[in-house]
Amino acid sequence: MVAFTLNGAAVALDVPEEVSLLHALRGPGGLSGPRFGCGTEQCGTCMVLVDGKPSYACSLPASAAAGRSVTTVEGLGTPEAPHPLQAAFLAEQAGQCGYCLSGILVSAAALLATNPDPDEDAIRSALDPHLCRCGSHNRIIRAVRRAAKEMAA
Amino acid sequence: MSGTEVKLPGSLNANRRLSQWLAFDSDGVVTLKPGKVEIGQGILTALTQIAADELDVGMERIALARTTTGESPNEGVTSSSLSMQDGGTAVRHACAATRGIYLQVISQRSGVPMERIAVEDGRFLGPDGKELGSYWSLAGAGLLETEAPADATPKPIAARRLSGTSVARVDLPDKVFGAARFVHDLRLPGMLHARTVRPPSRGAVLRDVALPEGAQVVRDGNFLAVLAATEWEAEALAARVAARCRWEETDSLPDDHALDAWLDVAGARGEPKVEIERAAETPAPARTWKRRFQRPYIAHASLGPSCAVARWDGEAVRIWSHTQGVYNLRSDAATVLRLPLESVVVTHMEGAGCYGHNGADDVALEAAIIARAVPGTPVRLLWTRAEELGWAPYSPGMLVEVEASQAADGSLLGWRSTITSNGHVNRPGRDTNPTLLVASQIAEPFPVKPSANPPLATGGGSQRNAIPFYRLPNLTVTTRRLLEMPLRVSSLRGLGALMNVWTIESLMDEMAEAAGEDPLDFRLRHLDDERSRAVLEKAAAMANWRGRVKREGWGMGIGVARYKNSAAWGAVIAEVEAKERVFCRRLWIAGDAGEIVNPDGVKNQYEGGAIHGASVALLERVTFDRRRVTSDSWESYPILRFSEVPTVEVEMIDRPAEKFLGAGEASMGPAIAAIANAIHDALGVRPKRLPFTPEAIAEAAAG
Repeated sequence: MVAFTLNGAAVALDVPEEVSLLHALRGPGGLSGPRFGCGTEQCGTCMVLVDGKPSYACSLPASAAAGRSVTTVEGLGTPEAPHPLQAAFLAEQAGQCGYCLSGILVSAAALLATNPDPDEDAIRSALDPHLCRCGSHNRIIRAVRRAAKEMAA
Repeated sequence: MSGTEVKLPGSLNANRRLSQWLAFDSDGVVTLKPGKVEIGQGILTALTQIAADELDVGMERIALARTTTGESPNEGVTSSSLSMQDGGTAVRHACAATRGIYLQVISQRSGVPMERIAVEDGRFLGPDGKELGSYWSLAGAGLLETEAPADATPKPIAARRLSGTSVARVDLPDKVFGAARFVHDLRLPGMLHARTVRPPSRGAVLRDVALPEGAQVVRDGNFLAVLAATEWEAEALAARVAARCRWEETDSLPDDHALDAWLDVAGARGEPKVEIERAAETPAPARTWKRRFQRPYIAHASLGPSCAVARWDGEAVRIWSHTQGVYNLRSDAATVLRLPLESVVVTHMEGAGCYGHNGADDVALEAAIIARAVPGTPVRLLWTRAEELGWAPYSPGMLVEVEASQAADGSLLGWRSTITSNGHVNRPGRDTNPTLLVASQIAEPFPVKPSANPPLATGGGSQRNAIPFYRLPNLTVTTRRLLEMPLRVSSLRGLGALMNVWTIESLMDEMAEAAGEDPLDFRLRHLDDERSRAVLEKAAAMANWRGRVKREGWGMGIGVARYKNSAAWGAVIAEVEAKERVFCRRLWIAGDAGEIVNPDGVKNQYEGGAIHGASVALLERVTFDRRRVTSDSWESYPILRFSEVPTVEVEMIDRPAEKFLGAGEASMGPAIAAIANAIHDALGVRPKRLPFTPEAIAEAAAG
């Protein structure tokens, strides 16, 4: 059993401590946003925020989340109350297949939390752990800049 | 279908009943039933736009049925940039026909002449604004139980409300909110998780396995998999079983470091075919060229590993899959499972972006084999990253040898190319022999046949785009199809066009230089077709080609083609910077995909295809030793990352009166070609081997 705060709510997930946080979130956590891509910290599809810091859920033991705060893409916003990044990604139509977006959105949220006005290089650098095979990179960069402007306004 | 039936547009011809495409219910929902599936390219949005326009209903009324065998029209495979041509055309015609039938019936019943009835959001209104009927009020009337009439007339261009506008994608909201939309997210009650224990190398034979006590293991010949209640238990169990297997391995792969030599030898014992030959009386050439180009095997490298869910109910199996063709998968799965076709039902669910025949079909069969051991229980099988990069079909390694000739005034006189490659098509459901990965590994195996190479008339495979689209009096294209297939290969975005467009455009540049002409002018004077010229001139204007200024270490290059010489046009100008390796910094793309239903969606496709091309051009190569593929991680099979992705500008030439032409594959070949030519502009070297690494460039420089 591992207890932590998941998207603002206290949870206790019934998983062995050594199991990855990704398995815990997609299994008993019931989430679908964090995705499996490689299991070796090379693609970023599993990215979540642990105490606000982007972390690879595929390789992080669930026990490492104990007592901490975990945010996934589901915790950023909802269709009724989207995070400015989610609204911006829709406005820019920043995606094709969308498999990479859950991870990219949380990394972008972490970036904007520390750097509210990132330039293109800062965005590219923050998103470099993430792969996108469809070639939506430029739209994604524009969407992050759009969200930054919205949040500053 | 009898021979006397009239031909109907697109996929409607083979799926003629309107009820195969549409259903109305009394609550005001329109169900559109496409046979083409969403593989990341936005097809569902475009089809919804077309249907809403032709039926005169709001887009939000349209629900999309999951493509399922036995329920959906059989539109074959979602591939080859034909979704709009086949599916879009069919939906437009079917919806126009449906509107016409309802209009006629409502007119007859109400006595109001058809031309005085308006249709607003599915309601048929008389001249006084009074509702005379609707799609929903007549939902039970069976009006769709008929063949589409051939004479249905889609709306004139000016009457389209949604086609031609950048409607937001219908699938994207789920994806930015992390909703359960992918087959990977399917959770059925009581579902078990499976992982395979893959052979350590190609052709390995399982001699012995000591099973851990109590472990749920499924074995069928050399195919081995484990089942557990959770993903983590399945992963752990697979690792334990793998450690207890004894495999007999053999060398089965060619020498990766001498791939072109092997291609040459295997090509000589392959199947030769003259694809096209034409000759004209021309002056003696002033210059002749002889060039040899090579490319490695290339992986799909889908971001999400292949996944499927299967469940047996008695003697039948249900499969949920991100396949490109539910009927094709059903056919091969039924053959391997030795079931009648109707005992296999395949439902499509989305997977990660798909750029051709990847592991989707393979994992689906494997899930079905595993699930057979636990009747009534759903089984979810997910491949690992290593399986995705190491076992999904590849795009074949290729060798292209060209002899070209030029007249004294620089004009192109002759082109003779020989293309050596495996065939580029090995899809399921196309042959009586199944092509799925483990079909040859199970206890009662099926033989492995070398991949097929479609003829030019249907777009071609290795020879796709091998015919230069420039004015050319003498032309011979010969293919040598390999009859051995050490690595399983099939179709990847662009097929042979990636290689052929590059070779043609490389030589065009070289000949322009020899003639002392600008590469743009040289191409334009060999192009008669107005649409070809238009995309080239547009790209040149976007990039300010004529005003370009040479910078040390930087270069610009052009690549242009019409996909399959019959589909969409793409002209790309690339700018590269040569540092410790070559980086592509900018791409300017001009395209022509005929009538554009969703301008933003089409631009997204052209941009994505070009970035995919840049990744292939600069980084991608499947590597192997004599037994196993060694490029089975993102570290050993790198693709372009955010820090090195070029900025891209796309402009489309819209031709609303012309046919739809698929957009997904038109920019990739030209992008690779443009980068190659930009490398020459930067470094004075024309690369002859993909990817354009420092080693490949040094090799070309050394001649």
